[in-house]
Amino acid sequence: MSEKVLMKGNEAFAEAAIRGGAGFYFGYPITPQNEIPEYMSHELKKRGGAFIQAESELAAVNMAYGAAAAGGRVFISSSSPGIALMQEGISFMCSAEVPAVFLNASRGGPGVGGIQPGQADYFQATRGGGNGDYQVPVFAPATTQEAIDMIYNAFAIAEKYRNPVMVLADGMMGQMMEPVVLPEEKPRLTSEMIPEEKPWAISGNTGKKPRSVIKSLRLQPDDLENHVEKLFEKYGIMEKELVDYEAYDLEDAEVVFVAFGTVARLVMESMEMLREKGIKAGMIRPKSLWPFPYEAFEKISANTKAVISVELSMGQMIHDVKMGVQGRLPVELIHRTGGIVPTSIEVVEKTLKILEGLK
Amino acid sequence: MITDKRIIAVVGHYGSGKTEFSVSLVHSLAMGGMKKLAICDLDIANPYFRSRERKQQLNDLGIAVYGSHYGTEITAELPAIDAGIKAPLEDKETTVVVDVGGDDSGARIMHQFMKYFRSDDCELICIVNKNRPETSTLEGAENHIRRIEAETGLTITGIVSNAHFIRYTTAQDVIDGWEFTSKLCERLGKPLLAVTAPEHLTEEVKALRDKAGAEFELFTIGMFMRESWLDKKV
Repeated sequence: MSEKVLMKGNEAFAEAAIRGGAGFYFGYPITPQNEIPEYMSHELKKRGGAFIQAESELAAVNMAYGAAAAGGRVFISSSSPGIALMQEGISFMCSAEVPAVFLNASRGGPGVGGIQPGQADYFQATRGGGNGDYQVPVFAPATTQEAIDMIYNAFAIAEKYRNPVMVLADGMMGQMMEPVVLPEEKPRLTSEMIPEEKPWAISGNTGKKPRSVIKSLRLQPDDLENHVEKLFEKYGIMEKELVDYEAYDLEDAEVVFVAFGTVARLVMESMEMLREKGIKAGMIRPKSLWPFPYEAFEKISANTKAVISVELSMGQMIHDVKMGVQGRLPVELIHRTGGIVPTSIEVVEKTLKILEGLK
Repeated sequence: MITDKRIIAVVGHYGSGKTEFSVSLVHSLAMGGMKKLAICDLDIANPYFRSRERKQQLNDLGIAVYGSHYGTEITAELPAIDAGIKAPLEDKETTVVVDVGGDDSGARIMHQFMKYFRSDDCELICIVNKNRPETSTLEGAENHIRRIEAETGLTITGIVSNAHFIRYTTAQDVIDGWEFTSKLCERLGKPLLAVTAPEHLTEEVKALRDKAGAEFELFTIGMFMRESWLDKKV
């Protein structure tokens, strides 16, 4: 472990990927994550990797697909509309079982939208914007340190399951400064190591192993059905192994918030304010959005009167929250959109109104 | 007082704390009774946390704020600032703090207003936070300052140490920052104008300063730009 340093979120994301062993980064600029390609452009080559600025997000994701298919450890980042353009590549990589780590520093939408933070890519990330039956594990950090750890560990997860992994941060996280401690740098894979570590990769036929084929085209319906079923057996294992969340003060909580990312920090302040008013509040903070921590909702106590999903969208995670609550309690939404982050006081006021309405 | 110059331009690495320092400086000048005050936000590099976001709060103290002329459109990705920004720079009666964008690339915008920054009545301050990886070594910090000087053709006239970890700064961090920037100033032949510390650490820093036999001006830096919830532990 190194000593504590002060880093901007985006720089920290890039450094975490390098230390996690990323050997390739392909990017195309988009605010609010431009410091990532900027950082990679001057750091990755120095550290034994390769940076390419692509001509578009579509090019970037397909470069990622190619490099990862050849066994490279790939990191790729963008922000909401850019990630939207990459969906085709994500679907192909899931089908072809090619690992890579994606980072979305999400902003307001739909369309080009704005450059301020948003969480309206929840559906895009967890339900997939690409075609076909597939799943991508999605991790949602709430602090820069947590983002570093998630990105650093994401490469091992991607490679274990041979699947893309996404870290969904918001623009606020990318732009803010925080003290962090960086993990040890992992060695980068060399071409000699790839046939050994990734026998499935297209690493050249040396005669030592069967020829590798990476493809997503399967014209025989039986073949395609068998393949998709095999993928879903894998997703089933991932659902069990990757679910992650934090629960705060659920015992005796009158109201339970559900929030992810930076919003969870804002809700922490709202919870303190509510406690000062004599209202006990708890929170479930999903750290994995897919798989979603439905089991956390079983911990909600008998005293709870309402569950409130707090989101920077018109309400997307709330659908998973409702599945977790299973109709036992009213599920309400507190939200802002367009790049606006509510104040903690606003969350308190809206909560009081919701509780009043339930009486 | 950090300086008695009329134009105070603030440059530095992004994340060094230029904006927080600029806003704190203009705020302390207003609190000290100075009447004609302005802050100019020349930050066209950073899309978030710009000083013009605190416009209303500063206006209420009688401080004029100049930045994007798109008014409430604080988030536009346009590298554009209001032509009216020249007004406070021209007005000999107005003391103006200029919050320049980060790094050498952010400082490039200064060319447009060069005659003001070249005047004898301008202090060009570089903020140094030794906790930022790129400026954590003397070589790194010197290179950084040289790059800004090369890009702008201006000479930085003084250094302010702003060694911080946001809300997790300790008095010892402040003293470590002073030690580092003292060495940096000696190496560069530039004066150390001040060392910053948040208000709650003032007494503790003073005690450590006296213990070390050090002499420096302590400047109280605020937390105008950062929402308190951003530092809630989860």
